[in-house]
Amino acid sequence: MIETEYQNNVLTAYIRGEIDHDSAAKIRSRVDGMAQELKPHTLRLDFGGVSFMDSSGVGLVMGRYRQMKLLGGALQVTNYSDNIYRIFAMSGLEGLGVLR
Amino acid sequence: MKTVNEMKLSFPGKSCNEAFARSAVAAFVMNLDPTVSELSDLKTAVSEAVTNCIVHGYRRQSGTVFLNGKIDENGKVTLRIRDKGCGIADVAQAMQPLFTTAADEERAGLGFAVMQSFCDRVRVTSAPGKGTTVTLEKQIGGDD
Ligand SMILES: Nc1ncnc2c1ncn2[C@@H]1O[C@H](COP(=O)(O)OP(=O)(O)O)[C@@H](O)[C@H]1O
Ligand SMILES: [Mg+2]
Repeated sequence: MIETEYQNNVLTAYIRGEIDHDSAAKIRSRVDGMAQELKPHTLRLDFGGVSFMDSSGVGLVMGRYRQMKLLGGALQVTNYSDNIYRIFAMSGLEGLGVLR
Repeated sequence: MKTVNEMKLSFPGKSCNEAFARSAVAAFVMNLDPTVSELSDLKTAVSEAVTNCIVHGYRRQSGTVFLNGKIDENGKVTLRIRDKGCGIADVAQAMQPLFTTAADEERAGLGFAVMQSFCDRVRVTSAPGKGTTVTLEKQIGGDD
């Protein structure tokens, strides 16, 4: 469901498949576990492999944003499709400056 | 309008059934030959409604989620998603974008907003202690 890569203090999580309430919980615990251990200066969530997302994905992004703030790092969200962007745009996520 | 196809499903309110409900609805509407975006809109709206039954309706109890579908002769799809859970005291407030009673669980409060933006019509009826019914309508293809 996710693959991760850690390089130059950047932790990238390549999310694959569908993001809903069920899978978001699993992705969250994986990503938070790694972020707590590695304390990267940037956590990058790569949505390139995401085939479906509902509003649970917004909660996932918002939650990681807060988590990275606590850890003193930043969040980036990359490679999302137009469909996914439509849902991000409804949420005020754009104001956080995390969408690339 | 004449109904040309119908389906009724019920399943336990477990989060693994969110994906099942989306796939079932996708299969149900497949012979209307929906566009990729029509299909994605419908799957997203259903996912929101079913997740709400599981996350909110059956928060303090286990229960069954009911999903009924209808297709009329013009290609209008009507989906009814129902739970017998806790219900909603103030539906208008619940439907406001960003309103959530589960912020600590990383809910974004956008479920109803997504349903409304991805469907032609959304109706919600609810009674505290009795449960919630959400009816989604979406036209697939031009209506002719
Ligand atoms: N089936 C339901 N049963 C009980 N309460 C519900 C139901 N669906 C929605 N609600 C209430 O409406 C609120 C808003 O729902 P929604 O827009 O989907 O946002 P979210 O699920 O992110 O909280 C929920 O937080 C909950 O209080
Ligand atoms: Mg919801």
